[in-house]
Amino acid sequence: MTQAGHDRALMVLDGLTKAYPGVVANKDVSFQMRRGEVHALLGENGAGKSTLVKTIYGLVKPDSGTMTLEGAAFAPGDPHAARQAGIAMVFQHFSLFEALDVAENVALGMENPPPLRDLAQRIRDVSEAYGLPLDPARTVGDLSAGERQRVEIIRCLLQDPKVLIMDEPTSVLTPQEVEILFETLRKLRDEGTAILYISHKLEEIRTLCDHATILRLGEVVATCDPRATSARDMAEMMVGGSLHVPQRDVAIPGEMLMQIKGLSVKSPAEFGTSLKSIEIDVRAGDLLGIGGVAGNGQDELLAALSGEITAPRGQIFFSGQDIGALKPDARRSLGICAAPEERMGHAAAPDMSLIENAALTGRKRKGLTTKGFIDWRKARSFAEEIIERFDVRTPGAGNAARSLSGGNLQKFVIGREILQDPQVLIVNQPTWGVDASAAAAIRQALLDLAAKGAAVIVISQDLDELMEISTTFAALNEGRLTKPRPAQGLTVDEIGLMLGGAHDMEVADV
Amino acid sequence: MEFGSINPVLLLASLMVAATPIMLAAIGELVVERSGVLNLGVEGMMIVGSVLGFMAATGTESAWLGFVVAALGGAGLALLFGVLTQFFLSNQVATGLALTLFGLGLASLMGQGYLGVKAPSFPDWHIPLLGDIPVLGPIVFQHDPMVYVGLLIVGGVWWFLNKTRGGLILRAVGENHEAAHGLGYSVRRVRMLAIMFGGACAGLGGAYLSLVRVPTYAEGLTAGAGWIALAIVVFASWKPGRLLLGAYLFGGVTVLQLNLQAAGVAIPVEYLSMSPYIATILVLVIMSAGGAPGSLGKTFHASR
Repeated sequence: MTQAGHDRALMVLDGLTKAYPGVVANKDVSFQMRRGEVHALLGENGAGKSTLVKTIYGLVKPDSGTMTLEGAAFAPGDPHAARQAGIAMVFQHFSLFEALDVAENVALGMENPPPLRDLAQRIRDVSEAYGLPLDPARTVGDLSAGERQRVEIIRCLLQDPKVLIMDEPTSVLTPQEVEILFETLRKLRDEGTAILYISHKLEEIRTLCDHATILRLGEVVATCDPRATSARDMAEMMVGGSLHVPQRDVAIPGEMLMQIKGLSVKSPAEFGTSLKSIEIDVRAGDLLGIGGVAGNGQDELLAALSGEITAPRGQIFFSGQDIGALKPDARRSLGICAAPEERMGHAAAPDMSLIENAALTGRKRKGLTTKGFIDWRKARSFAEEIIERFDVRTPGAGNAARSLSGGNLQKFVIGREILQDPQVLIVNQPTWGVDASAAAAIRQALLDLAAKGAAVIVISQDLDELMEISTTFAALNEGRLTKPRPAQGLTVDEIGLMLGGAHDMEVADV
Repeated sequence: MEFGSINPVLLLASLMVAATPIMLAAIGELVVERSGVLNLGVEGMMIVGSVLGFMAATGTESAWLGFVVAALGGAGLALLFGVLTQFFLSNQVATGLALTLFGLGLASLMGQGYLGVKAPSFPDWHIPLLGDIPVLGPIVFQHDPMVYVGLLIVGGVWWFLNKTRGGLILRAVGENHEAAHGLGYSVRRVRMLAIMFGGACAGLGGAYLSLVRVPTYAEGLTAGAGWIALAIVVFASWKPGRLLLGAYLFGGVTVLQLNLQAAGVAIPVEYLSMSPYIATILVLVIMSAGGAPGSLGKTFHASR
């Protein structure tokens, strides 16, 4: 396929291979992009998408294979060379500096930035031209996730890129913000920029992209026209098998388990979001989905519910008992378990074994201590039970948590809490960065737990996930929670309005 | 309190001299920390600078040459720290503490033959015209050249950090080394250069003690000045302007308490000796605002 249309192709990748010790990240990857094309790169985690875009951006040197840009050989030694050649990239985890202001952040991503005063004016010009309002003098630490992404995009636009790489750009945006982003991208496409678009959200790819290349285990396994292919077919090409869709049994709500009355707590983090008058009621069998764009108080809400942040009297009740002052350990004893978003270092201690990690939260509810000493045999059998029941792929329970892939560790973390038989389970981003089949298994486990009579609160930025599993839905916006509504029958527009944060955006006039 | 026997002009004049060694060491460490590295070896680099500078100056009868050698020596010791922490990824806190202990031992070994020797003279500049201004002249414009070199370095660091692209890159590396690496900046190179600059400044500060302030070599000459420099960087919120204030405050109270001791004030000497440390820390704690560089003290490893 690389031979046809060489003259029209803007960028050609031919036979790119990159191996790391023990794993081949890219194996003979070839495809090409034309001017004015939005090209989707699809694949599960570990399929080699990141390695591929890092190769194009000059962060990774391929073992073999060649790249061609505008007919000339292209082999960037570092990102400076790639940027000079016309490659720009918006990173999945923003490459921004929180303590610096917008103009300084933009300057750092440019090869020959003008003096800061001129740059500020150019930022204003470009942000107006593309309908992405941004004040160059603001400190990035104070910006919302959507605004941060604008900083990255404007940084790219200022360099008139020939190829723009976007790595999971919509995972932190509201539906309205996504629409504005797409308008911007379409405008760029019409100006002749080629866009390489990486996302897990197949419906988005179907609306935006002209071509799709699908990677599995480092190899190109298929190409398709996403506008003419169903999302399910694309998912099955990525996974290489059929997908299990979670089933839910309709349960009748039971007794009141947890009540939050006007919860207001200050964020402990410097650039965090404080919670303001949160109201939540959850009954046995409820599955409350809480949506919202990252940085609107998700971490703080989880911490307040799990007990990492304690609350004033009269704000958090469990079965009628005021538990606001209780720490996580005490709440766990009562049956309130939690799994935070960050797996490495928050939900699990990376350098400790799975046995130790199992003992860390299961100590009380699983009776893993006798007279103050840890019963390691019981802890091991608890860890092995989690590994077996939740299909965690690891050579053994004695392995360090760090050695597991993201999806496997997430299954372990969620399984560890579910097997403690909680009455209330709170999880934040349960399937973030987890591949499709593992995500389906985790969602099924959450549904099963709720069907057994526990209350489950799922905080997530993945709206499709929340619509799939939750019975009621609420949204966090700047530390405030909307009134929960039944999830069934909510439209995308209604959800978008609940998520808010779209008030200061305007669609680019194309 | 009585100030009868204390001449305020002389007091203010000696304030600038007393503050200079700490200011030099602190401005170097400020640059190091802004690049995201915590080097606790300032005391060690200072004392090695003081003995090397003293040896070179007495050997050549030139104080200027002494300062050059002291800066090179401090930078050399810092290079050792840099190689260990940036290339062998050793822990910065432990390595910095080891550097201080190593520097103290090395200095006392090298200084054996120099105890009690007098330093070559390093005359004060009497700056024409400016130095003749009554009151202000003797206070500000009649010092040795290193006082002004120190001020120039502080001003230069402020200008570099806030006005140049190099300074922006240095701050970016200190703020988020992962992101800086992702944008293609060499975290290691930026940090090695910052560490060497910090070492050179600490060496100058040490040499100022042995060549001007004391001016002779004695065992344990720095007496904790390196630690005060470290504290001033933190309490100055990593800002050169506040650092200048902190160093002058410390120098001022030091000179004042010495004068009070000499004047025979009825306060126990121990309290007076404590006062510069307490006053500096108190004032800077009250003023301090703004956070540390985001990547300060974290080991950077360019993962795939």
